[in-house]
Amino acid sequence: MPKARFTIILLFLGPALFSILIFFILPVAFAFVLSLTDFDIYSLGDIKYVRFVGLENYLKIIHDPLFWKALLNTFYFVFVGGPISIAVSLFSALLLQSKLVKFKRFLRFAFFTPVVTTLVAVAIVWRYLYHPRFGLFNQFLMIFGFDPVNWLGDPKYAMPSIIILAVWKNFGYNMLIFIAGLQNIPDELYEAAEIDGASFLQKFKNITLPMLAPTMLFVTLTTTIGYFQLFAEPYVMTQGGPLNSTLSIVLLMYQHGFRWWNIGYSTTIAFSLFFIVFLFSILQLKIQKRGYFFAR
Amino acid sequence: MRKLYAYILNFLLLVACFFTISPLLWMVSASFMSIGEASQIPIRILPQNFTLENYKILFSRLNLSRYFINSLIISLSVTFISLFLNSLAGYAFAKYQFKKRDKIFNFLLSLMVIPGQVTMLPLFLMLKNLGLVNTYLGVIIPGMCSVFGIFMIRQYVISIPDSLIESARMDGAGEFQIYLKIILPLCKPILITLGLFTFIGTWNDFLWPLIIMTDNSMYTLPVAIANLMGEHSADVELMMAGSVITVFPILLVFAIAQNYYIQGIMGGALKE
Repeated sequence: MPKARFTIILLFLGPALFSILIFFILPVAFAFVLSLTDFDIYSLGDIKYVRFVGLENYLKIIHDPLFWKALLNTFYFVFVGGPISIAVSLFSALLLQSKLVKFKRFLRFAFFTPVVTTLVAVAIVWRYLYHPRFGLFNQFLMIFGFDPVNWLGDPKYAMPSIIILAVWKNFGYNMLIFIAGLQNIPDELYEAAEIDGASFLQKFKNITLPMLAPTMLFVTLTTTIGYFQLFAEPYVMTQGGPLNSTLSIVLLMYQHGFRWWNIGYSTTIAFSLFFIVFLFSILQLKIQKRGYFFAR
Repeated sequence: MRKLYAYILNFLLLVACFFTISPLLWMVSASFMSIGEASQIPIRILPQNFTLENYKILFSRLNLSRYFINSLIISLSVTFISLFLNSLAGYAFAKYQFKKRDKIFNFLLSLMVIPGQVTMLPLFLMLKNLGLVNTYLGVIIPGMCSVFGIFMIRQYVISIPDSLIESARMDGAGEFQIYLKIILPLCKPILITLGLFTFIGTWNDFLWPLIIMTDNSMYTLPVAIANLMGEHSADVELMMAGSVITVFPILLVFAIAQNYYIQGIMGGALKE
């Protein structure tokens, strides 16, 4: 590899780096500055109305019950919906890996289809499936003699309903990643275990899970980060209701920023999200690294 | 015993498969029902009077062709522009030696933990000052290039032998020529995969177009049908037809190129 001339490097890297700098890094810095101001609809008309308020917005957030509600809802979605999604993905990957399965390609295709569909469109479809009277789900429940459920209308069931939709929409993606991880485990390990008379569960616990640890780390990290950004489902299906039971952090940020133009406050919410996501990413890296070594 | 087990396993998987695609099947079925048919008891699974009326209304009265074209223009532009910028940068990171190369690359990778929502308000204010609200460019510009794309192309280009590039240089090929005539053709599989990711991702994107397109005529399909939901939430059949129109092009693209897409995801996971 030769040392290239500066102009050539500039030609190749310039456009990409420039675009990332101007349209990503600069806005992040700008967002932090905005979060220290009271930028609102009046400032939008005339910039001289902007005041620097220091950390006031951050203090306001801590005392804002709606922010805490949104944060708890988001945690509910991330820490209940996330693990369920991953479990379903792993389970279906394990089933599809079995040598006894026919139509593997077709099944893989079918399970993956929800992943590529447009979230807004399927959220609309599911809104009707959840309809308390005419929805297919309740019709189905009633066939088996269960009482109909007020899926999206009851604060108790609204978030679980959104989680079910999210699991259906997303499990195929991680399923593929798990399949790729499973294919990397050498068959000899299982053969040796079988000779020693290991049961199915023992093989799963002592071979599959430890060998999947790097895949698992990747999957939990990306799923957690993705689930923290919950927005379109509540926007389309519940508008955050009933009784704010599905109000998410990003939905709250959107409402403050683009409905009420509380831009300073909204960027503060966005930055808190960033901070929380960052914290959990590091935490997961730490925990799983340690777990990985224990398992060995 | 083993045979019985195989039957049960395959049966269960097919049932699970049916449940997985049934919401989409119902969407298609209901989109061909006449008004009110989907809200009846006992429930109807297939249309009694098959009709294309909902699609006609969407395309004639509700202007869906306009939104379809908006979505298409934006998704195609983002796909091709970002493939170009990402491949230029990915190639440079893979095959040129320069000061601080790895530092810059690692810095870019670390940007991936920042949720995109953080940039949205400042970006909106910036683009508003540039007069780009309600323009195609307003959606295209933030998607012009991605760290993920640069990363994928770099990983791929690294595996191309240096000798190929060297011998082209000996023959007097210019640097840009090498990129155009040697690197790009060799990168075809990864370019298709990345192009699919980008196209599908941009087509499905909701929050940013919702923010930057405030004028009705500039909506993309997802924004348009979310907006339709406001006035037509009682018209189940009409909304299902709108959903079909939004989802169908993506499913078509995916069905044709599923191998590239699936290999891309499975290969990406191996490299982590």
